[in-house]
Amino acid sequence: MGKWSRRAFITTGIAAGGVVVFGVAIRRGDRTDKVRNLVAGEDDALFDIWLKISPDNSVTAIVPHAEMGQGVHTTLAMMLADELDADWSKVNVLEAPSDKEFANYALAKGYAAGDIDFPAWLIDTVDGFFFRATQAMGLQITGGSTSVRTTGQFAMRVTGAAARAVLLEAAADEWQVPVSELATRDSVISHAASHRSATYASFAAAAANIRLPAKTVLKKSDQFRIMGTSPPRTDIPAKVDGSAMFGIDASLPGMKYAAVKAAPVFGGAVSSYDAASVQDMPGVRKVINLDDAVAVVADGYWQARQALDRLQVEFDDAGNSSWEQSDIYRQFEDDLDKSATAGNEKADVESGDAAAALDEASTVVAAEYRVPYLAHAPMEPMNCTAWVHDDRCELWLGTQNPLGFAKDVGKALDIDLDRVTVHNQYLGGGFGRRAFSDIAIQAARVAADVHYPVKLVWSREEDTRHDHYRQASISRFRGGLDANGNAVAWHNHYVNKHDPEEAPHIPYAIGNQRIVYTESSTHVPWGFWRSVDHSLHAFFTESFVDELAIAAGLDPYEYRRELLEDEPRFLAVLDLAASKAGWGEPLEQHEGRGISIHRSFGSIVAEVVDVEVLAGELSVKRVVCAIDAGFAVHPDGMAAQMESGIAYGMTAALYGEISIRHGAVAQSNFHDYPMLRMDKAPSVETYIINSGEALGGAGEPGTPPIAPALTNAIYDATGIRIRELPVRLHDLNQTDHRKSDVA
Amino acid sequence: MLMSLRHSTGLRHIIGRLPRSVPLEYGIGTMITVNINGASHTIDVDPQTPLLWVIRDYIGLTGTKFGCGIAQCGACTVHLDGLPVRSCVVPVQVAAGQEITTIEGLGNYREGLHPLQQAWIEEQVPQCGYCQSGQIMTAAALLEENPSPTDADIDRAMTGIICRCGTYPRIRKGIKRAALAINALDTEAAADG
Repeated sequence: MGKWSRRAFITTGIAAGGVVVFGVAIRRGDRTDKVRNLVAGEDDALFDIWLKISPDNSVTAIVPHAEMGQGVHTTLAMMLADELDADWSKVNVLEAPSDKEFANYALAKGYAAGDIDFPAWLIDTVDGFFFRATQAMGLQITGGSTSVRTTGQFAMRVTGAAARAVLLEAAADEWQVPVSELATRDSVISHAASHRSATYASFAAAAANIRLPAKTVLKKSDQFRIMGTSPPRTDIPAKVDGSAMFGIDASLPGMKYAAVKAAPVFGGAVSSYDAASVQDMPGVRKVINLDDAVAVVADGYWQARQALDRLQVEFDDAGNSSWEQSDIYRQFEDDLDKSATAGNEKADVESGDAAAALDEASTVVAAEYRVPYLAHAPMEPMNCTAWVHDDRCELWLGTQNPLGFAKDVGKALDIDLDRVTVHNQYLGGGFGRRAFSDIAIQAARVAADVHYPVKLVWSREEDTRHDHYRQASISRFRGGLDANGNAVAWHNHYVNKHDPEEAPHIPYAIGNQRIVYTESSTHVPWGFWRSVDHSLHAFFTESFVDELAIAAGLDPYEYRRELLEDEPRFLAVLDLAASKAGWGEPLEQHEGRGISIHRSFGSIVAEVVDVEVLAGELSVKRVVCAIDAGFAVHPDGMAAQMESGIAYGMTAALYGEISIRHGAVAQSNFHDYPMLRMDKAPSVETYIINSGEALGGAGEPGTPPIAPALTNAIYDATGIRIRELPVRLHDLNQTDHRKSDVA
Repeated sequence: MLMSLRHSTGLRHIIGRLPRSVPLEYGIGTMITVNINGASHTIDVDPQTPLLWVIRDYIGLTGTKFGCGIAQCGACTVHLDGLPVRSCVVPVQVAAGQEITTIEGLGNYREGLHPLQQAWIEEQVPQCGYCQSGQIMTAAALLEENPSPTDADIDRAMTGIICRCGTYPRIRKGIKRAALAINALDTEAAADG
């Protein structure tokens, strides 16, 4: 075996006509320990960080993203395997360890190239870690609906195509025939003229010595053999017999368990506690002060919980315990009023002259909407197993941001981040919550105080009360119609902007638009929640468009069509959803139908909801969803993500409310923070448009349109316009429908 | 117990290489014997300890999940003498002497999958997968009692089990598919008999 060359970094980027310039190859002699461990045998050729070909001709796709139910391992492997012309039945998937070798360069590059919107929560990781540590942007993050669009498009496909090219070159060299006479299929190279054929594996060693091509031509969509099909997801078999390992299932020899109680009021800290009062309880090992929380370590988790429950802890409240939810909304209202009067709002969109157009309008429609805080409530409560030994820290958990967690834990323990190892497990739901490293820092601090591994598990109550919450918000609208009912002005002023910045934008052809916001900070921690700002703004804007349609006396679907005349992609999605749902067909008494459309994370989604409201009882009968994400790599997976995004958004719309009482979260568990359940879950039909436009995401775009489609349907059924979520606050039996017990 | 065809897939998913649970070193309580999936375990544990933590932390079977701790979500559902219970609120002393079945005992790749597990794969039900042990155990008890459940029967039986990924429509399809498979097997068995 010849001497292996140094790893070659070739510029990554996309040129015109689908030609991609790429190359990241790991060669023998230039592997970190972590990478070396992935190469079991000396005969394994590791082409680059995303692909391995083994002597049995199997192909392993090494995927730098976490699996949290979105099927990303399968989808990314499909993208690689298709370009490689691999035998799909011999493709394995391996999640890359958290290592900068596997940093998601493609994701960073996609951002740098301006192809995708980079969620703000990634920026800190980029700034705080990678610029300092690796001299190149690198991430290993799952979120922002980015995996397929970036890693898939820019790394997996390119890697597959580049590897196929060097395999062909190796075969051409051995058989002394031109590459152009060779064909590939199912991991076999054949030469028709000489009736020769051989497996990829037989050329792997030779191919690994060939420099990867600087330019790789990707397949056109009509050449796909794997992409666009829906093979069974690789992670599902382990999820039906209990063998899938989630973070909470980690187990190490000598491991102990920890339960934790944090200051209930955000910003608060531990003032005092009496450790001696629980020290003699069965199994109790140690009580640890974490400044803003107290942890009890015991031999068993139940023992730790029992001791924690008995432990009397006094917390201070950082002066925040006077806050009630009504105060927060009042602050929002006041800040909106003040900045509107002062004229110092910050502008999202200023086009035309909305103020003048409103003055001249024959009808002005005004409405104010509000939404509450929301917790993520993944089924797997926050947990992390940590082991601090030999100046190192190892962590076992499910995370959407393993490298960011390593950075944060390294900082907390004051050790180099190279000494922090994250063993990422399946995520029992992510939804944005598992992008926050608080749990990992807590577990690491506990583990640093003892000499054995510790599994820290939050109670559901702790999980509900110490989340990073989707913000509460208020959004005010004024819309102007001319004498013919045409929309001439759109004025929107809302409180608190996070991410992505275009979330409040509308696709509609309304000439005069002013979309502005005012910051009004609170002590409640903010977090990325499935679809982030889109989750509120779609409710606001798609409700208000409906109100304009009603004011104009027009059908809400036809009204949107007129305003989308110059947006063919939107129009196609809207029409598909409407036609599949049977828009315009008569409904039974007490039934209603609502529609909405919203673009997020590069995908356009329209949803039509059918409801029945009988004696004030709402039932959601059916949801029809249409999506244009450019191309569906795994159509059934995309449909599953729409079903999931809709259920997640519908849960929030119907029930979701986190409220602040005495500065703390009032809710605690599923009895007071209820979830959509089987008996209320509607059927969901998903229809996909492969428009061939740039790839959009799938994990989040199903969520934003559901709340407005639902409340628009309720309006259609009852005449009740819901301007505040959740729906359960409202009495759907009354004309004056606001329940009296709601502040 | 019905066992259907082995699941075969060309894909081998490689998951974390973690050692399995080891028994806890220090229990301070009573020796209690529990029968789980046909095996007997005698453990030194506080008799009030919820069965969930005994199954997970003492026996090392981690397919049964912790979700809420107050019998609200159903992720911890196991069978006690064939009936579905929330193991997070059942003290271990109550379960002692009864036959406990967890997801690992319902069916597996070595001995054959339960028709529900097979149907779950065919309908591609799980997403994050965390609640699915509870879903499958609850559905298994439903089908034992009612081999041809209607939508209303499914609602009644399954509404206690929360899925945050919203896999409910696929769970419904999975139950119906499994019911057909079980009934077909029963018919076959009757014909043979």
